[in-house]
Amino acid sequence: MAKVTDEQRTYYTIPIGPTHPSLKEPLQFSFDLEGERVVDVEIKPGWNHRGVEVLGMKRNPLQTLYLAERICGICSVSHLIAFSRAVENALGIPVPPRAEYIRVIIAELERIHSHILWAGVAAHELGFDTLLHLTWRVREQVMDILELLTGNRVNYALVTIGGVRRDITREQEPLVRQALRYYKDLLEMLVDAFLHDPTIELRTRDVGVLSYKDALELMAVGPTARASGVKKDIRVDQPYLAYPALEVSPITPDLFRPEIHGDVYDKIIVRLLEVEQSIGLIEQALKKMPEGEIGHASKEEMTELLVQIKEREGEGIGRHEAPRGELFHYIRFQADSEIPILWKVKCPTYSNLMSYRPMFQGAQIADIPIIIACIDPCIACMDRVIIRREGREEVWTAEQLLAKSWEKTRRLKG
Amino acid sequence: MELFWGSVVILFGGVILGLIYQGVDRKLAARMQARIGPPLVQPFRDIKKLLVKENIVPENAIPWIYNGAPFLALAAVVTVLFYLPLGDQRPLFSGYGDLILVLYLLALPAVALAIGGFASGSPYAVIGAQREIVMMMSYELPLAAAIVALAWRLDRALPGGIAAFSLKEIAANPIWAYLGPLGFIGAILLVGVLLLVMPAELSKIPFDIAEAETELAGGVTVEYSGRNLALLRLADAVKTVVMGALILALFFPYRLGGILGLAGPAGGAVDTIFFLIKLFLVILIAVTIIRVAAARLKVSQVAYSFWVPLTGVALAGLVLIVLDGLFFM
Repeated sequence: MAKVTDEQRTYYTIPIGPTHPSLKEPLQFSFDLEGERVVDVEIKPGWNHRGVEVLGMKRNPLQTLYLAERICGICSVSHLIAFSRAVENALGIPVPPRAEYIRVIIAELERIHSHILWAGVAAHELGFDTLLHLTWRVREQVMDILELLTGNRVNYALVTIGGVRRDITREQEPLVRQALRYYKDLLEMLVDAFLHDPTIELRTRDVGVLSYKDALELMAVGPTARASGVKKDIRVDQPYLAYPALEVSPITPDLFRPEIHGDVYDKIIVRLLEVEQSIGLIEQALKKMPEGEIGHASKEEMTELLVQIKEREGEGIGRHEAPRGELFHYIRFQADSEIPILWKVKCPTYSNLMSYRPMFQGAQIADIPIIIACIDPCIACMDRVIIRREGREEVWTAEQLLAKSWEKTRRLKG
Repeated sequence: MELFWGSVVILFGGVILGLIYQGVDRKLAARMQARIGPPLVQPFRDIKKLLVKENIVPENAIPWIYNGAPFLALAAVVTVLFYLPLGDQRPLFSGYGDLILVLYLLALPAVALAIGGFASGSPYAVIGAQREIVMMMSYELPLAAAIVALAWRLDRALPGGIAAFSLKEIAANPIWAYLGPLGFIGAILLVGVLLLVMPAELSKIPFDIAEAETELAGGVTVEYSGRNLALLRLADAVKTVVMGALILALFFPYRLGGILGLAGPAGGAVDTIFFLIKLFLVILIAVTIIRVAAARLKVSQVAYSFWVPLTGVALAGLVLIVLDGLFFM
């Protein structure tokens, strides 16, 4: 415990992380404390960098599919959708309409599963383990449906470039509907357990407040931004897949209570209401889904696809509203090579990380775990840079990075 | 000699009973949370495992305080057990000390834990220790109010002025028989207060802020391991029995053997079984159900809820009992 003396005050610094019970993945926080109150926070990522992008630049995109999916365990299909869309946009590969509907259905099932998982984690961070066990038990239903449709509980390996691998059959549809009904009935219980519980209200109201202005300026995304009243949702702002044909609108907490506070309570509201929205979206998608092709399934078609990838050149982006917010993939191909020369992934957690600072202002130690959890951080998705040279670690500041890029520009000019 | 053997029996009996109740509590809580839960003997296995594990003393800890605190905590709670009426028994040390002593002894384990936390040289343990002290200051007043009210009322009700704070007398004369309507309401309020003080005294959710796994990674006990942690676990287990037995002695000292008119060994056996059942019910309500049904509160919220609403209720109970004593005699 380092003791720091300011001009007037004395405050203490405690480290949380890289390993700590309230963190599910390694991330380091260093809190300046005045008694139990947080004065300031410093965040140091870089403990879980795996170099996935570099690996992806050494393989062809069909091989990278498996890699992209494993960037994150919870939102794996989101990464696949964003990656596939980036490649499809770059090379002009068409996707059959039915495949787009199937992608939507899987993406929304994943959202249900992710949000329920998050709710359990949040309850655990608050010390409410009963709710953790109950929510994770009801999550099994959606996992079962995902397994039924794709063959896997996580890392579904369903989406491929130019379509999907498996169709949703007529026999499967009633089972999906049955699961949706199960969650519809359950939602009332979940809302009651989370939003009307006195201890949860005590612990989450006016805790971790992110104002509308901060959310805009710090470019928060996903439920974190929407809970502060920023109506931001890629599914609405830049409709893609089958979303233009479906009724979808950004969920903000004022649908549940009159004012928007931007606190943790609002983030719970947004996520629970999004579960309801996803149920509706899947129902619509099942109803409107056209018959037809689902994309490249056979071995021959795959070879053909690889030839196309090799011949064409171009760059493309793929965006997807993952459960945690906007996910962004960029990819660039040169002619006569099936291996991309550039692949860049920007995760929702990366965008949301900056919003930690205003949320921690004036928080108590007891609020730290739930505030860390409230943006639903996915560190494995987010870690991009780690600098290790001769056993030493160094981190470049913004000024140094700026100087480096000027230097490079000058070098490129010659 | 009787004292010596009595102490040995109570020491081991208290520890074993405490661990059994802990196992029951864990199993029941697991069932309420839709889990299977550990087997009943799990607490015994945990202790056994801890005892063979290395006892690590952190580099910047103060070893003698750090190692001494768990002993002090266990010794203090076991001592309380000597003063409490258990089953059909009158208190072992009856005549040597009374309720006031019990109150002080009850504060000792928390103090020991806090001292051990401060001495372990970890920021998490220091924050946990600070919280432990805040907790202690919070629940002490409602607890004292309940005990004083009861002793005063009993003193007034019994002819000839007995030793009012003697646990033996309190246990021999169940309070409910002497109360008028006002006092009855007051006593009910005090029972409620004590049932909420109990989880706080035992550091259970929602009042487990001193240990707070997700915040402080174990708080005061974060650095403890091996034998020291085993002692702290034992102290916690015995304390559960102590708090339960205290509430029973104050408010529900009824003996089934006495009511049925049984005497001798048969009466003793019936009394003991009845006592164990009563103890189980108190632990079920005050520990298991509360901890399953709530989230952890913040320090400020715990302090507030004990200082304002709970102290308020305890004082209201006290006033009602005093009024009852003055006007319904």
